[in-house]
Amino acid sequence: MDKKNVRGFLEFVYDFYKSMKAHEITLVYEGEITHQITKAFTSLTESNMAKEEESNSVQKKVFHVMVECLQNISKHADSFGSDDFLFAGRGIFMVSKGEDDYHVTTGNVIENSKIDELSRILDNINQLDKEGLKQLYKTQMREGRLSEKGGAGLGFIDIARKTGRKLEYHFLPIDEETHFFILTSTISRNG
Amino acid sequence: METIKIMGTDDTPTVILDAENDIFEISGRSLPEDVTAFYDPILNWLDEYAGSPNAKTAFNFKLVYFNTASSKLLLDILMKLEQMHEDGKDVVVKWFYPEDDEDMQEAGEEYADIVDVPFEQIGYTLN
Repeated sequence: MDKKNVRGFLEFVYDFYKSMKAHEITLVYEGEITHQITKAFTSLTESNMAKEEESNSVQKKVFHVMVECLQNISKHADSFGSDDFLFAGRGIFMVSKGEDDYHVTTGNVIENSKIDELSRILDNINQLDKEGLKQLYKTQMREGRLSEKGGAGLGFIDIARKTGRKLEYHFLPIDEETHFFILTSTISRNG
Repeated sequence: METIKIMGTDDTPTVILDAENDIFEISGRSLPEDVTAFYDPILNWLDEYAGSPNAKTAFNFKLVYFNTASSKLLLDILMKLEQMHEDGKDVVVKWFYPEDDEDMQEAGEEYADIVDVPFEQIGYTLN
């Protein structure tokens, strides 16, 4: 790197650092989500929460949500196009901790053709109350089949149940064929 | 019958299926990398066991965490036990949950709703 580039890079690093601080991000990762990554991130977050004496129930909720979010990416992030596996099982994963809440955010590329069905699944979950979610989970567990990649269609329902909130999601257009799917789960620190 | 003894890790449960000594237990944490590969031998074992089970089968679940993919496979196990019960065998499921863990207790209640098999809920204190 020449001097100008070094300076640009240093500024980028510092801006990135400031931006992480500003958003209270404790963990951020971009890349392929493997089982090893899932284990490493959950155990890192677990030990951080234990150190900070977060309540058992909050720790468990964060753990549950992290695992399901990470597995969603590893199982569903698209490898659109025939030989473009650059995006398969990849995405961005972030954990942030505020005064009152933990946020677990995932982002991954999704083909436009899959948006309708995904929205339908998420909206259906969002219009259910606690009892409705419980029934849906039971039905899905009984009737749903494990996909080739081991997905059971239960992750989103579990996240909604564990957080007690609506699933907060957005699709950001990337190009003519794809969108970026962002899901943020919020876990209250006050039980 | 062959005994299954799998020592638990931080992502797979301890599994003991020992017909000779009347021990049937799954405990610990379950989020295996490949749930099907992990649970298939257990389901196969139960199929074989169901052919000539012991006079009484008490199957213990003592899990502290399982992911949603595992929840489906746990149901598969319970359905095998349900089938044994329907075939007139003496089967009881014992669902242990940490006393302060409402979610694990509720998970047991939900399974009890789904499968038709004698089901006991047992709270315990950690440590």
